Amino acid sequence: MVQAFVFWMLAAIVVASAVMVIVARNPVHSVLWLILAFFNAAGLMISMGAEFLGMILVIVYVGAVAVLFLFVVMMLDIDFEKLRGGFIRNLPLALLVGLVIAAELVLVATAWQMGPLAPTALAAPSGARPDLTNTQAIGTILYTDYIYAFQAAGLILLVAMIGAIVLTHRARAGVKRQSIRAQQDRTPADAVMLVRPQVGAGVDTGVDTGEGVR
Amino acid sequence: MAAIGLGHYLAVSAVLFTLGVLGIFINRRNIIVILMSIELMLLAVNLNFVAFSVALGDMVGQVFAMIVLTVAAGEAAIGLAILVIYFRNRGSIAVEDASMMRG
Repeated sequence: MVQAFVFWMLAAIVVASAVMVIVARNPVHSVLWLILAFFNAAGLMISMGAEFLGMILVIVYVGAVAVLFLFVVMMLDIDFEKLRGGFIRNLPLALLVGLVIAAELVLVATAWQMGPLAPTALAAPSGARPDLTNTQAIGTILYTDYIYAFQAAGLILLVAMIGAIVLTHRARAGVKRQSIRAQQDRTPADAVMLVRPQVGAGVDTGVDTGEGVR
Repeated sequence: MAAIGLGHYLAVSAVLFTLGVLGIFINRRNIIVILMSIELMLLAVNLNFVAFSVALGDMVGQVFAMIVLTVAAGEAAIGLAILVIYFRNRGSIAVEDASMMRG
């Protein structure tokens, strides 16, 4: 009974906030509704018994992705009024596509039934080690049988990180920046000049050092 | 009220996925909301993975849900980075005039 109540509450909130994400007029509100949807989806996962993924969902989606969205939405000076139009114009096509997708999902859900082999051919049955918690059970297979998938996920994150830095990094003109290579390529020949000036005469290097009296 | 089973979670996931597709088509001009709709669809896929994982008693579904989560995070980072440099170059994020490459 409690499980049913929790499920219906979380499901109703997650669906309602997903609706608000796509119809909210202000993208900042969209991000906030998205955060609510993520929290409730995490609750659904926890109610299923996958508490590790529920917590990861909160950390990764709410803590990183949603904050990134919020940051970009608020940093860019975008005229959202201009982007708003076309809601009514796009609605028929959107409803058509949504209806098709929904109909397909309903057809799949009603026609599908579990194959006879599915419950027996488990790759990593969770009932095999009832002494393990959910987190321990994930860890025991993630770091053994699925180590390559784990490494691939790490590579994806590395590539995404380098890609995001390379894309958004820009060399601004007029900003003085230390160049290690330029410093190391400097030789005494082009840095030092030995002169023997006459007494009382200055030294004209012919180079404007940018220092001293002009 | 019937006991909550696999079908209930799959129904929520299907509704979320449909809403994600709907969001992409409704907000065709606003690429930020399009990215958020993609996140909703990936969330629905994750719910599906976890629901089947729990119903079958197979932990592999949760491992793959984590990989989907990783891809979603990377996709959001790269997508928003592209958005930022597009805005820097064009001064707007209207995707309808994103036809510089004349594909």
